[in-house]
Amino acid sequence: MLQDMDPADVKGEYREYTLELYGVGPRKVLVTDEEVPYPDGRLIVSRTDTDGIITHVNRSFVVMSGYEEEELIGAPHSILRHPDMPKAAFRDLWATVQRGDIWQGYVKNLRKDGAYYWVKATVIPNIRGGQVVGYTSVRRKPDRRKVEECIDLYARMRQEEAAT
Amino acid sequence: MSYTFTVSPDFSPDYIAGWFVFNTWLQRTLETGFHLELMDDFDSLHNAIRQDRIDLVYANPYDAAMLVREKGFTALVKPRGGADEALIAVAAESETRAVEDLPEGARIAATDDPDVQLMGMILLEPAGLGKDNTVRVECDNYVLVAKRLLTGESDAGIFLTKAFDELSRPVRERLKVLVRSDIQVIHHYLMAGPRIADLHPKLQKALVNMGEAPKTVRILEQLKLPGWDPVDPEEVEFMIDLMETLKFSPA
Ligand SMILES: Cc1cc2nc3c(=O)[nH]c(=O)nc-3n(C[C@H](O)[C@H](O)[C@H](O)COP(=O)(O)O)c2cc1C
Repeated sequence: MLQDMDPADVKGEYREYTLELYGVGPRKVLVTDEEVPYPDGRLIVSRTDTDGIITHVNRSFVVMSGYEEEELIGAPHSILRHPDMPKAAFRDLWATVQRGDIWQGYVKNLRKDGAYYWVKATVIPNIRGGQVVGYTSVRRKPDRRKVEECIDLYARMRQEEAAT
Repeated sequence: MSYTFTVSPDFSPDYIAGWFVFNTWLQRTLETGFHLELMDDFDSLHNAIRQDRIDLVYANPYDAAMLVREKGFTALVKPRGGADEALIAVAAESETRAVEDLPEGARIAATDDPDVQLMGMILLEPAGLGKDNTVRVECDNYVLVAKRLLTGESDAGIFLTKAFDELSRPVRERLKVLVRSDIQVIHHYLMAGPRIADLHPKLQKALVNMGEAPKTVRILEQLKLPGWDPVDPEEVEFMIDLMETLKFSPA
């Protein structure tokens, strides 16, 4: 199960949100305006089982998320869910990979300390002997202009989601 | 019965003699005939693999997917210590300080090595640069990539990190590295095909032991290989998944 975020972990002033997470229920998250730049040349990699439970993370993933590896393995991937992300983005992600296709998009992720980082993410189904056994996601440093476009686009999408 | 051994064409021509010595060792150790066939380019290699003419190959990460998933190959070993990484460099006196300073239409020098190109293009992505808005300057080897930068015939170059570090010091000092990849999990693998399945365990053991005896250490030294490490099949599957995600670029 996913615990609420702890104010003791968060640096500086924060806003509080409650996210309704699939298979998890409500989670209180604490969000600051601090952006952590994506490290040059790195790839952030994780794998999940078919339910989106994290089974593998690389060192870059651990460092950027701010969590310990032990806190990540076995947790739902929505542990990184940032309240500024529109729900529709993740609906599209899951529909795409469950069809057996590759998904690509820009994602704003939430760190344990309340800060955030932007990534360009690719998610791919892992097929072994014709069966989907899990999913891998690889993130890289995004083009800043694409991120600026997404900031506007996601804000509009979230407004629409709030209105319906 | 004789089998065919080949080496991904991205190896340096300096190592040709070394691979022949390696092949002689291979035949003696396995008491089996292996014919070493060196391919001129990636097209020839891919054709040979498609026609099932290859039994053993020192394969590059890009080709691992086809070999494992379509041709039933097994990765036996990988070079000890050090993964494949790439970097972007410019001439030392260039105004460019970060990849983000490179303009659209930049001339990018590179070899035809597909995985280094892939890693290089990922390093250029944050600048909004890709195949469609850059000009490729294709070079036969990394010394020529460096030369194109020094003569001003290209704006940036993609290097295999190992190849960059092997450039002569005077050349390296006239270049400036903008960014290095730190991926850690992309490797060349020595991979064996299904026709020699019964040889796999013996071959893997012999390869891993090469680092033990002075005679075999010398063979490895000629190839600048510190030794071989055995490979866990899931690790290779993971690299293949990773390569597939990196190759993906939506239309
Ligand atoms: C391989 C993989 C990687 C994912 N990576 C992220 C991620 O980095 N950040 C994120 O918020 N969601 C990620 N997700 C989606 C989450 O599983 C989840 O759908 C999302 O956080 C929204 O939460 P919800 O589905 O509970 O509404 C990933 C999913 C998969 C399968």
